[in-house]
Amino acid sequence: MSTPTLPIDHAAAVSEPPSNAAVVFEDVYLSFEENHVLRGVSFQLTFGETKALFGVAGAGKSTILKLALGLLQPDSGRIAVFGNEVTRMREAELFPLRAHLGMVFQESALFDSLTVRENVAFRLIEERGVYDDEIDRRVREALRFVELEHTLDLFPSELSGGMRRRVAIARAIITQPELLLYDSPTAGLDPVTSNTIVELIVKQRDVSKASSLLVSHRLQDAFTMATHQFDPRTNQLRSLPRGQYCDVPMSFLFLRDGKVIFDGDIHELAHTRDQYIREYIS
Amino acid sequence: MELISPTEFAKQKVQSVQDYTLLAAQSVANVFRKPLYFADMVQQADLIGVGSLPIVVLTGFFTGAVLALQTSNTLQRFGSITLIGQLVSTSMVRELGPVLTSLMVAGRNSSGMASELGSMIVTEQIDAMRALGTDPMKKLVTPRLVATVFMLFFLTIISDLVGLTGGLMVSKLFLSLDARQYWSNAWQALVFQDVFMGLVKPIFFGFIIATIGCYYGITARGGTQGVGRATTQAVVAASVLILVTDFFVTKLLISVLSYK
Repeated sequence: MSTPTLPIDHAAAVSEPPSNAAVVFEDVYLSFEENHVLRGVSFQLTFGETKALFGVAGAGKSTILKLALGLLQPDSGRIAVFGNEVTRMREAELFPLRAHLGMVFQESALFDSLTVRENVAFRLIEERGVYDDEIDRRVREALRFVELEHTLDLFPSELSGGMRRRVAIARAIITQPELLLYDSPTAGLDPVTSNTIVELIVKQRDVSKASSLLVSHRLQDAFTMATHQFDPRTNQLRSLPRGQYCDVPMSFLFLRDGKVIFDGDIHELAHTRDQYIREYIS
Repeated sequence: MELISPTEFAKQKVQSVQDYTLLAAQSVANVFRKPLYFADMVQQADLIGVGSLPIVVLTGFFTGAVLALQTSNTLQRFGSITLIGQLVSTSMVRELGPVLTSLMVAGRNSSGMASELGSMIVTEQIDAMRALGTDPMKKLVTPRLVATVFMLFFLTIISDLVGLTGGLMVSKLFLSLDARQYWSNAWQALVFQDVFMGLVKPIFFGFIIATIGCYYGITARGGTQGVGRATTQAVVAASVLILVTDFFVTKLLISVLSYK
């Protein structure tokens, strides 16, 4: 896959040669008053890869997503997204970059005074210059992707928790962003709805080849994603034979006490000797 | 309640003033920057202006009426009851119209803005908006500021007019004064400085109502309880600031307009 370069004219653009990393965290520290959330976190997300972040509650997983988006600024360290150093960019300069990213918030964060159509179309409406017909077509397409085309005129309060997450996914993918950030997309959902959300994430990964960071508490979701591929012919997930797991661009990252204690693929995870991780996955 | 040191308390207050000043300056600067959310401005003008019309009309009418009623006794004692139109018009146009209208609009809209934006903060909708590449200051704060300043100006004019009508009703029904004489007195008493003062004040007050409401909303923390606290603080702060600003603006205008 070619590495996209975003048209962001900014002095903070990383001067190093372009790498194959969509996201780079280098020695990132962040504290909230006395609470040291991240202590020297470093990792890379390559283009087209999905990285699942694990850790106990308060380990800093959601914080990593917000840092990648520039919604928070670290105390020290360097964060680069598509070669743009977000840690050195001002808020106004971050808006054009964010147009290339999609985020699914833990509680969906849909605009409750807007209909599903308006929520999903928000970015297109904000872009201006996109005709209503085009907006309608793309909104329907995004909602069809999450199988919620019939909810077009409903308000978020009229949807179930799982439907809200799916609308949030539709809102995030409508502009086909190169990087998707999922914050616990299956948290608090029943197993059937969780599976539907996981299927959508895999479908998005395999269809659009976008990179993604996924925060989760459910290890089984990440294992499903690492061992399945989307089959466009049947419109369903297909289980891969054990030997083909390495074909899936999926990796795992574990956080503990604000530090990365594991960053590797499913094989490395299965053979890790770290007692904490073994207990976590058992 | 957690006890904090006086130094920490002072730091927090200075930080709050700094944050408010930044928000206010940014919201004004955004009026001259693209994109300009005209549709949101119109929507807010409808919510703030048209929505506040009933309370502004009622407040204005009864303020004018009670002003006429309260002063009639004193004026009668000096044999100047015919000056009641003059008294009601100057009081309403210079002071009571702008201040009472602003206080009513502050009670209704500062709280509304604080609770709406506060709810959006605690449900991560503001973060979602930023994540979608939209500046919440431009999309949410600036339209509210423009709409409040614009609509408060006209609401004050309506309040003044309705207040004069309230004074007329009392003069006619309870004091048996001639309506034409009342209007004539009320009209002739007004000079340019009165009208200018009465129309400049809502611009300041509208700015206070919108920026204070948005500031408390945007800085709301601590879930639904925090939103409730922000709502109350917004109304209190906006009301007090309106009254304090009224004094200084009046003093300034009196000096500038060489006006007694």
